[in-house]
Amino acid sequence: MALYLARRLLQSVLILLGVTLITFFLLYVLPADPVRQIAGRSATAQTVESIRQQLGLDQPFWVQYARYLRGLLHLDLGRSYLQRSEVSELIWARLPPTLLLMAAAIACEVVIGLVMGIWAALRRGTATDTALMLVSFAGVSAPQFVVGLLMLYVFGVWLRWLPIGGYGTAAHLVLPALTLGLLGAGWYSRMMRSSMVEVLRQDFVRTARAKGLTRARVVLRHALPNAILPIVAMIGIDIGIFMGGIVVVESVFGWPGIGQLAWQAIQRVDIPIIMGVTIVSAVGIILGNLLADIVAPLIDPRIKLR
Amino acid sequence: MKRLLASTALLAALALPAAAQDADTYQPDPNATPGGSIIITYKDDVATLDPAIGYDWQNWSMIKSLFDGLMDYVPGTTDLRPGLAESFEVAEDGLTYTFTLREGVTFHNGREMTAEDVKYSLDRVTDPETQSPGAGFFAAVAGFDAQMAGEAEGLSGVEAVDPRTVRITLSRPDATFLHVMALNFSYVVPREAVEESGPDFGRNPVGTGAFRLADWTLGQRLVFEKNPDYWIEGVPYLDQITIEVGQEPTVALLRLQNGEVDIPGDGIPPAQFTQVMADPAQAERVVQGGQLHTGYVTMNVTQPPFDSLQVRQAVNMAINKDRIVQIINGRAVPANQPLPPSMPGYAEDYEGYPYDPEAARALIAEAGHADGFATELYVMNTDPNPRIAQAIQQDLAAVGIDASIQSLAQANVIEAGGAGIAPMIWSGGMAWIADFPDPANFYYPILGCGGAVEGGWNWSKYCNEELDAMAAEADAISDPARADERLGMWTEIYTRVMDDAPWAPVFNEERYTMRSPRMGGADALYVDPVSIPVNYDYVYVTE
Repeated sequence: MALYLARRLLQSVLILLGVTLITFFLLYVLPADPVRQIAGRSATAQTVESIRQQLGLDQPFWVQYARYLRGLLHLDLGRSYLQRSEVSELIWARLPPTLLLMAAAIACEVVIGLVMGIWAALRRGTATDTALMLVSFAGVSAPQFVVGLLMLYVFGVWLRWLPIGGYGTAAHLVLPALTLGLLGAGWYSRMMRSSMVEVLRQDFVRTARAKGLTRARVVLRHALPNAILPIVAMIGIDIGIFMGGIVVVESVFGWPGIGQLAWQAIQRVDIPIIMGVTIVSAVGIILGNLLADIVAPLIDPRIKLR
Repeated sequence: MKRLLASTALLAALALPAAAQDADTYQPDPNATPGGSIIITYKDDVATLDPAIGYDWQNWSMIKSLFDGLMDYVPGTTDLRPGLAESFEVAEDGLTYTFTLREGVTFHNGREMTAEDVKYSLDRVTDPETQSPGAGFFAAVAGFDAQMAGEAEGLSGVEAVDPRTVRITLSRPDATFLHVMALNFSYVVPREAVEESGPDFGRNPVGTGAFRLADWTLGQRLVFEKNPDYWIEGVPYLDQITIEVGQEPTVALLRLQNGEVDIPGDGIPPAQFTQVMADPAQAERVVQGGQLHTGYVTMNVTQPPFDSLQVRQAVNMAINKDRIVQIINGRAVPANQPLPPSMPGYAEDYEGYPYDPEAARALIAEAGHADGFATELYVMNTDPNPRIAQAIQQDLAAVGIDASIQSLAQANVIEAGGAGIAPMIWSGGMAWIADFPDPANFYYPILGCGGAVEGGWNWSKYCNEELDAMAAEADAISDPARADERLGMWTEIYTRVMDDAPWAPVFNEERYTMRSPRMGGADALYVDPVSIPVNYDYVYVTE
């Protein structure tokens, strides 16, 4: 286990290094000059050059990259070009809302996905099954900004049950978490359904029924723990998928997380923020995958870490 | 030296003779009641509240409410009035300005503002270390070059004579100098607060303004609180302003309709515009106003085929501006010259190029392109700009020009324009909005030779040295008695620019914003030409 962890950690560091190198390079070759953005439209050539020097942007690529890595080792992500604040501070302030939203979205997708999946599996081949799978198909396919705006309109403006965007209370969390979770719920319900259908065919399920256990008890105590395995593995990987959705959902709902920060930074070519958010997301994804790998053998003794 | 008491009438006469009357008769709103608080929303985070650095239209008027400069504008107008200076003198040669400061003005930290603070602030904004995007505005101040080169300990032309007197010496006369003193970049900051916060002063602003920053929750909201010791009696009216950030304009509008928001800071989103205007209850709360803005197509005059005057004139005649105005739901007026109509120096009687595709085709044939030609039109990729570019593309196709559209992010279009590799650019989303209401502000960076360099904002790379000389001559006229003569010269400069046709001006955008039913104050405050998008100091609530 220790050896496994050490190897995975080393891999993770290499992956992170690759991510920084690729992102840094892509931003470097981008045909947009950050110094011009900072200097503004009234700047003289002299001002532009002086800013370029102060930021070290006149240096060759490798020097700039090495300097960035050195900062990174000291957990220094630099200062935003346009906001002029510490990037780490900007990200730190926005991390809790994003983590909260992710946790809520995971809860949403797991609960909705599992319930739909189990229900469909139990009613296999009926109209209910078809209807549920149609809904899950819609959940997987619908663009999140459309779903988000629709939900805002229905629950916020029309029914007035929930606030129209924003952050602060549990009520604010419901719509963005649902919007973000629906996509995953669609996938989970399909996975859960096929996994459940598979398990329900197994001998031990028939045995359980034969023992005279109630149908509910058979499904919840015997079939579910076996059918849920592939889902657990998925949750860790999901964090990566969420990163994409979070940019959209946070923007639609005015949720003050790092997705919104990234979106604004991309529009304004604020390179230090783009780099910072990329690195933090990469760390999140790597941790998620690692966690999924570690948890899997705990649930299923058949899986061994090597 | 002649003594100029800073009565607003005299001042306005100096700056903008046409508007002198408005300035003289400006009175506080008799219906205004103090107290209350409002909520205003924005999509983007507030970047910085440091007056030396903040340069987007979102933080522009926030900074105006937190800080003050020696000069100011009459609310809702483009008329200069004194700010922290109570009076000033201009020497005969127009090179020395002596400002007398108001007594008893204090910073938010309680300390009294003095001439030393003015000197410190101007030295700071021109210090290369500050990396201010506005440093270039002070180029006429003596000692500017040495300061920018990092060879001086401050601007030699700015001198604190005594605690209440600042003397500023220019190296050349600059008719726009008083406007520069009203720009955010010359706002007065207290040295101790700047030194304490270091590079984070923009997050912990301390000024003399009508409001002070009470709270800033990153990515969520800023709270402005009334400055009870503000030096203008009775101002501001509001006790508190909450600025919520990260709110999509579409969602902000829904919240306004729901009574949760008082002003959508980003205005009415184009997609909802027709719906809002079709509902009388909502349309009633819409405020419309002109902007010091022009949208134009630049043509790179250094490259074929746009090195040909006939081709450029043909483009001017090929574009159907009325149709483009329709595409954006009539939120603009067609333009025929670089200056917007509300700018002093605008040529009222100039007719511009008519919409005449026939004549345009003939001109193109005359220039040797009887079979037309292919080119590229660069455009920023946010709505409605690609749609406008498509309309221009169709108009050009009708006269034989095959323009393919390059729809890119803002920074990439600006880069292509600066590098001179874009044959044509539609300026929407990056267009020039005046820093201050003076015709000179529309010339130098975007039409003058100084901007026609690698990385400059003159995307046509148009450089007419004769006009540059004339501009310099006009701006050397700082005698208020000759202000009309100066404006006349500027009118001629822009008319002659149009003769050379480096641009095809398309429209002047109108601003449309909304306010909640409880908000009071003249409409002009909500579309203030200077405090864009709203003049926070003078609006009030009625309940």
